[in-house]
Amino acid sequence: MDPEVPVLSIVELGIVREIAVDPASDGVTVTVTPTYSGCPAMHTIEAEIRSALLAAGFRSVTLKTVYAPAWTTDWIAPPAREKLREYGIAPPGALAAEPLVSLGGPPGRIPCPFCGSGNTSLQSEFGATACKSLHVCHACRQPFEHFKAF
Amino acid sequence: MSSPLVEYLLRLGDDRLILGHRLSEWCGHGPILEEDIATTNIALDLLGHAIMFLRLAGEVEAQGRDEDALAYWRDEHQFRNLQLCELPNGDFGFTILRQFLFDAWSAQQLDALARSTHAELAAIAAKALKETRYHLRHSGEWVLRLGDGTAESHGRMQAALDELWPWTGELTYQDDVDAALRADGSAPDLGPLRAPWESAVGDILTRATLRVPDGPARMTGGRFGRHTEHLGHLLAEMQIVARSHPGAKW
Repeated sequence: MDPEVPVLSIVELGIVREIAVDPASDGVTVTVTPTYSGCPAMHTIEAEIRSALLAAGFRSVTLKTVYAPAWTTDWIAPPAREKLREYGIAPPGALAAEPLVSLGGPPGRIPCPFCGSGNTSLQSEFGATACKSLHVCHACRQPFEHFKAF
Repeated sequence: MSSPLVEYLLRLGDDRLILGHRLSEWCGHGPILEEDIATTNIALDLLGHAIMFLRLAGEVEAQGRDEDALAYWRDEHQFRNLQLCELPNGDFGFTILRQFLFDAWSAQQLDALARSTHAELAAIAAKALKETRYHLRHSGEWVLRLGDGTAESHGRMQAALDELWPWTGELTYQDDVDAALRADGSAPDLGPLRAPWESAVGDILTRATLRVPDGPARMTGGRFGRHTEHLGHLLAEMQIVARSHPGAKW
């Protein structure tokens, strides 16, 4: 499970890119990619991958980090998006193509994950973690987080 | 002197390490809570970009230095960042305007670097570009809001722009390091990137009712280790814990 979004696994988030088992040496190589470059949870995630695989009986665990293709929320599948919504985090929409320089905030209003109303507004593009922004619902008066399309 | 590729990676990494450190100084001092969170989020992204570039620099150099060794155990004259990045924060207007000028430049540079023939460099640039565009949207909106705001905010933003503009000449500084990397397509020619940068920046500054200074932008030196008096003070704070407790681990 992701330490900061504890309803999604790191596979559902798209952090785990590849797993290669070497039966001869009883070793496993896991290829991961960071969500955001500065994500402070990566160290915890890597340590947990290592301990989980060692506990599962592998004799050696190798971790590889790749940056290409760059991580995108488009890798989060619909069932995982629904889990986010049920947890109270508005899931990301599809990523829209934008020019290199674009101001004016993210396009469209984010539906409230609690009451479904579209009558919401953006409070801040930066939330408690790099991957989320802060919004408020004017229908049910509930502040909520949104997993940014990225 | 180390190889051109190592030098080039240090330049890219040091810009982001030093500017990220400056931004982190706002932690707990932001004008509003949301902005405190935003500046520290951006600082964290810049630190992430610095780690990727400096880690690769250490790997290419192959002298056993990782990103931490490069960040904590080099001295002032060994840093290759733009002087723009090391200037003290000033007021929030100065900080956000400097961030805007850098973000807009970084977007141009990373966009070009994402087409580098050097696969790892291209991958890091493409990754960092996504976040940089997000930063640019944030800093650009503040420039509009404060430039075209009250008489007080406008005056502060114009003063910040007048002070910052001469430091932007260094953005397109190029020497033998760049030439060596341009030869095999690893790095872009920075010269032609100045015009689209000025156009993008100028457009938003004009909308913010700010006037771009007429004077030349000619400050230079950071790329070959010549810095303002401010970098040493920044490094003293950034490096003190690592140097007081060598080899310490969390």
